[in-house]
Amino acid sequence: MKPIIRLKNLAIGYKHRKETTVVARDINVELNKGELVCLLGPNGAGKSTLMRTISGAQKPLKGQVLLDNEIVHQLSARQLAKKLSLVLTERVQAGMLTAYEVVALGRYPHTDWTGKLSPKDHEQIQWSINMTGADELAGRVLSELSDGERQKIMVARALAQEPEVMILDEVTAFLDLPRRVEIMQLLRKLAHDTGKAILLSTHDMDLAMRSADQIWLLPKGGKLHVGAPEDLVLNGTFEQAFISEGVSFNRFSGAFQMQQTKEDAVQLSGEGEEAVWTRRALEREGFVVTTIAKRKVEVVVRNNQFTWILTENTQSQEFDSIYHLMSGIRKTRETVNKAATH
Amino acid sequence: MSETISPPIPQSKSGIRLSSHSRMFLFPILFVGTILFFLLELGIGSVHIPISGVIAALFSLEGADSTWIKIIHELRLPRTIAATIGGAALGTAGLQLQTLFRNPLAGPWALGLTAGAQLGVALVVTAAAVVGSSFLENFAFLGNLSIVSGAMIGCLLVLFLIVGISRKVSTITLLIFGLMLGYLAQGLISVILHFTNQSQTKIFAGWNDGSFAGVYWEHFPVLLPLTISGLIIGWLMAKPLNALLLGENYARSLGISIRNSRMITLASAVLLAAPVTAYCGPILFLGLIIPHLARGIFNTSDHKILLPAVMLLGSLIALAADLFVHLPWERHFLHLNAVNALIGAPVVMWVILKNKRMRGFEL
Repeated sequence: MKPIIRLKNLAIGYKHRKETTVVARDINVELNKGELVCLLGPNGAGKSTLMRTISGAQKPLKGQVLLDNEIVHQLSARQLAKKLSLVLTERVQAGMLTAYEVVALGRYPHTDWTGKLSPKDHEQIQWSINMTGADELAGRVLSELSDGERQKIMVARALAQEPEVMILDEVTAFLDLPRRVEIMQLLRKLAHDTGKAILLSTHDMDLAMRSADQIWLLPKGGKLHVGAPEDLVLNGTFEQAFISEGVSFNRFSGAFQMQQTKEDAVQLSGEGEEAVWTRRALEREGFVVTTIAKRKVEVVVRNNQFTWILTENTQSQEFDSIYHLMSGIRKTRETVNKAATH
Repeated sequence: MSETISPPIPQSKSGIRLSSHSRMFLFPILFVGTILFFLLELGIGSVHIPISGVIAALFSLEGADSTWIKIIHELRLPRTIAATIGGAALGTAGLQLQTLFRNPLAGPWALGLTAGAQLGVALVVTAAAVVGSSFLENFAFLGNLSIVSGAMIGCLLVLFLIVGISRKVSTITLLIFGLMLGYLAQGLISVILHFTNQSQTKIFAGWNDGSFAGVYWEHFPVLLPLTISGLIIGWLMAKPLNALLLGENYARSLGISIRNSRMITLASAVLLAAPVTAYCGPILFLGLIIPHLARGIFNTSDHKILLPAVMLLGSLIALAADLFVHLPWERHFLHLNAVNALIGAPVVMWVILKNKRMRGFEL
């Protein structure tokens, strides 16, 4: 693994007049070539500040950002542009430029003052468009593209810049789920196939955990945690990071759920997809699925139809759908809770 | 394998757009059109001179009518050149301002630069009147370098103000601010003019009407170097302007120095707008509408195409407007700004209706 970016004893934050606000400190981490890294963290933890500091737009309070063994904040804008490219959240208004012309702007750090493109530049542009699967968009005017298509073109443009590192700040923020998945898959593929290091900040925990080679987790006022998504789940880092946010992290489902005030246990038996989705429904409802509990849910096949059997205090009820099971289980819980308070 | 990759033909939902080939075809057409209006402008007036006579007189060929030579060389040629330069300069300045401020309705006039120049000129005229210079005697007050300096300083001051607030406010707010600066300047001007005598006020009023007719040969040694250097500097900035189409954050990430690009381009806009305003008076609408027409005709936002396009189109439209003004009307002369408003106002309305950003609240 070759580190391309190294953060050394980095402290980030703002200086306003004489007041210094430190957002995060003692950051020591490396970004490797060929890897997709997702930066996660609750709002206000300083994700954007860290991204801005790494991309050279903001000076660090302490420490250094090294890009290819050179200090980022000492490089000229042009030198930096040849090694590092950006994709941002903002919706680009590029007048009447076509997607191809926008991607071509990525060649600017490599062209002379006239901005004239050589055949080699055109090749690189074409390759970038091809890599991002945007061939059909190339001739269209950028303003006529959908948000997802537009972000794809901005990624192609960042790629045409021939950088070592691509930094993407919340680029999926305004996209719907299929588009988000598409962009993430694309970035993962780009990192692996082209050997570029890609750092992406996002709010989309689930997608980040499914796509990233490495997660950088920045909790509020805390230390940056680094590791494979699974490592961070297993060692409890995720739970710790979001503990104050009113949600809890479920290690089994790998998802966040609303914090329960009262833990209710359910014993679930059954197999296959139905059992999996029943479990999700129960968890959504705030139940904890365990191996042994007083309250039992069974998924069985009866007359070629799935049936859910809820057993509580030796009383059994049958339901023909998860929806009905849920309303049934809600009722029994209410009566149990009432009984407990009396 | 030697096949070269060429950019795809731009398409849009509304059909195939112009390819770069047909774009290149438009330049000769515009060029010929400009030459044609140049000659028409020389030939048409209270004394009608046929095109052949114009060409003969222009180059002082043998057998050319001596009266015609005199009319063309002394009266019509300066005016025609002024219109050619003025249109190109204002169109270029308009394009620069629209891209820099990311504002489709920006222009030397809309942002108050013209008003700043007007105020500067008014101050110079008043100062001259108070000090009691010999300005009036030879009617040469417009030819004086101090007028240009006044216009430039006024223009620059307004520009600093506009740049200062442009980062903090929305597109619409900036335009309203520019408009208010214009009114403020007008108010100040009428106060200032109280201190001058009547005849000087009259001269100022004449200048304030805006016309290419007030330019004479002796003005060109100042007008030409300034505007031509402005145009050249403008052309050199095509690349950063293109990058700025993506917004400042992206432009910076492409290695463009935002600060330098802004400063140089704005300096160029002042070099273009201020001298033209100083010698021709405030000319409305041209700087605003020419970039839009150029984008519409060439179907692109690429400054490498737009910069030469606004120059040619600017000259063409300024010549056409001025020609319309001095057609041998039977009663009295039209004002240039009236003609500009007739062409310009509908274009502005169209831009507002077409542009989603201008229409809604999502700025």
